[in-house]
Amino acid sequence: MTETIISKPAPADNRRTVEIDSHAINFGPQHPAAHGVLRLILEMDGEVVERADPHIGLLHRGTEKLIEYKSYLQANAYFDRLDYVSPMAQEHAYVRAIEHLAAIDVPERAQWIRTLFDEITRVLNHLLNLTTYALDVGAITPSLWGFEEREKLMEFYEAASGARLHANYYRPGGVNRDLPAGLADRIAEWAEEFPKFIDDLEELLTANRIWKQRTVDIGVMSAQQALAWGFSGPCLRASGVPWDLRRAQPYAMYDRVQFNVAVGRNGDCYDRYLVRMVEMRESVKIIKQCLALMKPGPVKTLDHKFTPPSRAEMKRSMEALIHHFKLYTEGFHVPPGATYAAVESPKGEFAVYLVADGTNRPYRCKIRPTGFAHLQAVDVMAKRHMLADAVAIIGSLDIVFGEIDR
Amino acid sequence: MTGFWATPIGITVLTVLEVLAILVPVLLLMAYLTLAERKVLAAIQLRKGPNVVGPFGLLQPFADAIKMVMKETIIPTGANRALFLMAPMLTFGLAAIAWAVIPVNDGWALADINVGVLYLFAISSLGVYGIIIAGWASNSKYAFLGAMRSAAQMVSYEVSIGFVMVSVLLCVGSLNLNDIVLAQRHIWFCLPLLPMFVVFFISALAETNRSPFDLPEGESEIVAGFFVEYSAMAFALFFLGEYTSMITMSGMTTILFLGGWLGPFGLWPALGPIWFILKVCLCLFVFIWVRGTFPRYRYDQLMRLGWKVFLPLSLFWLVLTAGALMLFGWLPQGA
Repeated sequence: MTETIISKPAPADNRRTVEIDSHAINFGPQHPAAHGVLRLILEMDGEVVERADPHIGLLHRGTEKLIEYKSYLQANAYFDRLDYVSPMAQEHAYVRAIEHLAAIDVPERAQWIRTLFDEITRVLNHLLNLTTYALDVGAITPSLWGFEEREKLMEFYEAASGARLHANYYRPGGVNRDLPAGLADRIAEWAEEFPKFIDDLEELLTANRIWKQRTVDIGVMSAQQALAWGFSGPCLRASGVPWDLRRAQPYAMYDRVQFNVAVGRNGDCYDRYLVRMVEMRESVKIIKQCLALMKPGPVKTLDHKFTPPSRAEMKRSMEALIHHFKLYTEGFHVPPGATYAAVESPKGEFAVYLVADGTNRPYRCKIRPTGFAHLQAVDVMAKRHMLADAVAIIGSLDIVFGEIDR
Repeated sequence: MTGFWATPIGITVLTVLEVLAILVPVLLLMAYLTLAERKVLAAIQLRKGPNVVGPFGLLQPFADAIKMVMKETIIPTGANRALFLMAPMLTFGLAAIAWAVIPVNDGWALADINVGVLYLFAISSLGVYGIIIAGWASNSKYAFLGAMRSAAQMVSYEVSIGFVMVSVLLCVGSLNLNDIVLAQRHIWFCLPLLPMFVVFFISALAETNRSPFDLPEGESEIVAGFFVEYSAMAFALFFLGEYTSMITMSGMTTILFLGGWLGPFGLWPALGPIWFILKVCLCLFVFIWVRGTFPRYRYDQLMRLGWKVFLPLSLFWLVLTAGALMLFGWLPQGA
């Protein structure tokens, strides 16, 4: 660890020289509250944070460059591995970009399934964030409770996609498979019981005096500041800006479901917590509507240039066989063009800027991570707060390094 | 035979045996407290807790102890070796010697001294030295921050604990722990002095660095605080010290407020030590329960609670108690 001494330039009167002897501490990357591999250099004056300098890059994997060397279909799996807490929401942004460029029509059922799983993902993400946030503030029980609920949700993931975490479920033109028999009922059952769990969780935290003392008025971001720093998602809404892409620029089936957008007022850690709590309840509402409105039908576009034909068809039809072979060797070609496709991921506006050059691989795939913008504001938010507040602020920002470093 | 026990050797042997008779049960209780904590927390968190080592995980404390002994003791290069090693011994030693004056039954104390309360108060205050020395000797910033927090915390809460004790002493008229318990024959002090009881218990949480006042460790802020650099037995000694002082503080709560070995409504006086242990276990359960449900205070909030809430409250209640005793002529006589 390095010792830094900041000394102000001596004024004319020598006796009044002020020396601020601050000390720097390394907060992470191996720190229990560093959320993965965050490295924060904190310049401290005793317990007070004078400057917080977030360092990134410890989880950099070159995702964007790797995508340029993969076919469009292969690249999909990288999006699960960005923000590994909300995988499907990010796949959604990517497949939307491709669908836009290649003008693929997505069948209605696929859109319902995507909406459904986007919201399941939102609950998954918020459960992890809120409970680990509470853990950072010292409440150990919520995380254990929350992980049990997450377990149920990951079973839905597994039932639909075959994987609990890195689903790779969405496809350009739909989703990989239809929901297995009985899954809709299980999700409906869960959706009935989950609000009770939220009540229990709120019992522990929302009105808890210590929790409020630790979060109210901590890390306040005004609406202007939040916009200026590029905030999005719950962090922006907590500051009082009612901006939600699901409402502002509806995609998938979000214009067909009823839900409220939670908006905070003070932009402090407590409001960010409350906004996420309310969003979980709203997600349950959306999930119920999806299940009710969903009708049987194809889950992939029938244009077999983009989606594989059925196995049976492949055995009978020469054309289907060729489609299958071409799709899984060369992949499909996307006409030249550029597009920006954004979704309201649980953490905020997650977007993909995709440039296609007419080949089977993306020419460039710029990913707009949500956490990056939030992380850069840590310094502004944590300044003159105490060390313990810096921890609460990081927890409330919902930072996952998989997407920040890419 | 009686002749032998009167000789200097006999007295020494007897004292050693008495010390063992206190320390061994306390250490056993401590070992099982770690298991109980994990079990109770597990129940709160809807999981099972240790259940593999022995039936219901009953051998878990021994497995942990063996593991701790086998580990390598690491001393950081920049550490002050002597102080670094002394600190955990000091912490554990101080936590253990408090038990010399605690009576588990009428007259069952190793040293039935007439300033028992002062002795306990002094010992529990000294506990902070182990932590400060550890924090300083580790030569680590996290440890140092932990030590600073601990010092501030202990000073803040010691004062209100002092006032709480004084108000109990006013009602008893003696500093002897035995007398304090006997004075509660008619009514336990937790009822007439309820606010003081609450203040005392919360201060006890702060004094033992337990959640929600576990700032000196502050896992999510300063990693493990003052013992971040410790490993193996040195770490284990801090651990033992923390749990032993939890038991000690529960013992003090029992003696000062919960009527010590006296059964509720005078039930089964023969079961003295059992009552005592049950009450201590109840206090310990609350210690763990609180840990399972509350977030952690921030450094300045903890100080504010200590100085701006508990201190005036305990001072006020002390004056009130004294006034009431004077007014109704309830002052203890002849003490």
